[in-house]
Amino acid sequence: MNILRKKSATNLPFSETAIELFIRLCGISSIIFVFGIFFFVFREGAGFLFNGLDLGQFLTSVEWQPTSLNNKRYGAFALIVGTFSVTILAMCIAVPFGLGAAIFVSEFCSPKLRETFKIIIELLAAIPSVVWGFIGLTLMNQLIIAVFNAPIGLTMLNGSIMLALMSVPIIVSIAEDALKAVPDSYREAAEALGATRWQVVYRVLLPAAKNGLLAAVLLGAARSIGETMAVLMATGHSVNIPSGPLSWIRTLTATIAAELGEVARGDEHYQVLFIIGVLLFTITFVVNLIADLVIKGIRQEP
Amino acid sequence: MRINGQIGYTTTCLLVVLVCGFVMKGCSPKDDTSVAKTETIQFTIKNKGSDTMVNLAQAWAEKYTNVSTTASVEVSGGGSGTGVAALINGTVDIANCSRQVRPKELELATQNTGKVPREFIVGYDALAVYVHHDTPLDKITITQLAEIYGENGTIAQWSDLGISHSDCPSDKIIRISRQSNSGTYFYFREALLGTSRDFRIGSLDLHGSKDVVEVIGRTPCAIGYSGMGYATSHVKMLEVAADSDSPYYPPNLENVLAKTYPIARPLYMYSLGEPTGAVKIYLDWILSAEGQQIVEKLGFVPLESKQ
Repeated sequence: MNILRKKSATNLPFSETAIELFIRLCGISSIIFVFGIFFFVFREGAGFLFNGLDLGQFLTSVEWQPTSLNNKRYGAFALIVGTFSVTILAMCIAVPFGLGAAIFVSEFCSPKLRETFKIIIELLAAIPSVVWGFIGLTLMNQLIIAVFNAPIGLTMLNGSIMLALMSVPIIVSIAEDALKAVPDSYREAAEALGATRWQVVYRVLLPAAKNGLLAAVLLGAARSIGETMAVLMATGHSVNIPSGPLSWIRTLTATIAAELGEVARGDEHYQVLFIIGVLLFTITFVVNLIADLVIKGIRQEP
Repeated sequence: MRINGQIGYTTTCLLVVLVCGFVMKGCSPKDDTSVAKTETIQFTIKNKGSDTMVNLAQAWAEKYTNVSTTASVEVSGGGSGTGVAALINGTVDIANCSRQVRPKELELATQNTGKVPREFIVGYDALAVYVHHDTPLDKITITQLAEIYGENGTIAQWSDLGISHSDCPSDKIIRISRQSNSGTYFYFREALLGTSRDFRIGSLDLHGSKDVVEVIGRTPCAIGYSGMGYATSHVKMLEVAADSDSPYYPPNLENVLAKTYPIARPLYMYSLGEPTGAVKIYLDWILSAEGQQIVEKLGFVPLESKQ
């Protein structure tokens, strides 16, 4: 096999070799970029991370006072809680909708309707996040005030709804692929045993596709954690431990976006923002890694 | 295949956020040459900074197109901190700042660009304390504001101010503040709390002067601060006194000029080094009667009438 490939490679015309080399470079470049970016983010924050920053305070204190004149405190706990709580609430909204839509598209609807649905769902994914933020700031703000009689509509709930709408398309398309990947013989066998359509979905398809569905949810969550503009505009941007969906919060990403423009390069505050970047990178890396491993799981199973 | 593509996509989204940091870093070279010394036919003056001043700076720039044929002005906002950062990195000709540039920042700018920033006061601004139109409160003291906004402050409810606010059932005061890249944020903190006390965390930190007034206009429980030029019919500006023994003054031109209104501040422009060429002509024009007329038109207080 190896010899065969080598032999044919030597016989290739020059243009094909060049193209192959180019494609190879493209493939490697993404790896270089990921490591390069991690390295640079880490380097910018490293000085303060190892020398000066109280990591215990950073991870457990709610006191985020980076601009204080004589008592700077970098406690990111409220920001971490904010990021996770808005993401979890967003997933609580997005997962039922996303998986429901995926099941409907893959199992219950006609082929013609399916194509229309997929196009519309992809259109939903194409809306820029700043537009979602704008909708949150204006429309959803007033809606939440009216519906929940809340004093102000810029809340965790508002941000979560925006994030849910943004991650639903990802969840739908991946979950639908996972359901599609279940062999038809499973469905046929279940129906032959007298299962209703819902029983087929509930008892056969969901267990068979569970890894793919979990991956869909995790990738949707990763999208939510990394989102910046929409949460910056919709959540109230307030350093606050939320007590419920109508509390206002601030996320890690929004903090970087709002404060990085202001700080002088090399400053403690600047370095702390990069440490937050490292933290975010780590969080999404872990989520993506889990999703990746889970997907590997489905591939080996059948 | 599809699934792999999605992973790449999500990761890329996150990376973009991080990459932005580097792009900003990469795009801020210490090039002294960006400030051209010669008067070219078309010279673009780069002007950046304070969000409070962005409307004013824009108005000046627009009017200036009628005055000068050789130079045009490019204005962007982003906050005083953003302006100062650009000054330090040497990427602007004029930085707008609604607070004074700190000594450490001046030092950094001098180190980085080799030029000592020159300060110009171009007008005055009164910071108004806003509440929702229906709030049964007309006046407030700086001491009370410090207890509302300051760390370990004692005022958290409207009833602590001695009023019963029927439109705010929770009675909780919602503090509206600004993001920390704003000069307004720093000035208000200093005026209320001095240099030794910080703002209490948990306020809603909004992005712009206009956002503050807009949100307060829709939120009966809220209190906030912004330039007096931003008032709308949905909000009310409070009369302010230094403490409970002092008289209350509404924010207006006369009180700012008479220096009786306690939270008024100068607006600054900074050039890198002694201004030359087109930048000097532009700054001179801003300080002239014609430039100062625009200051008054936009709800700020001009220099001329100061004397």
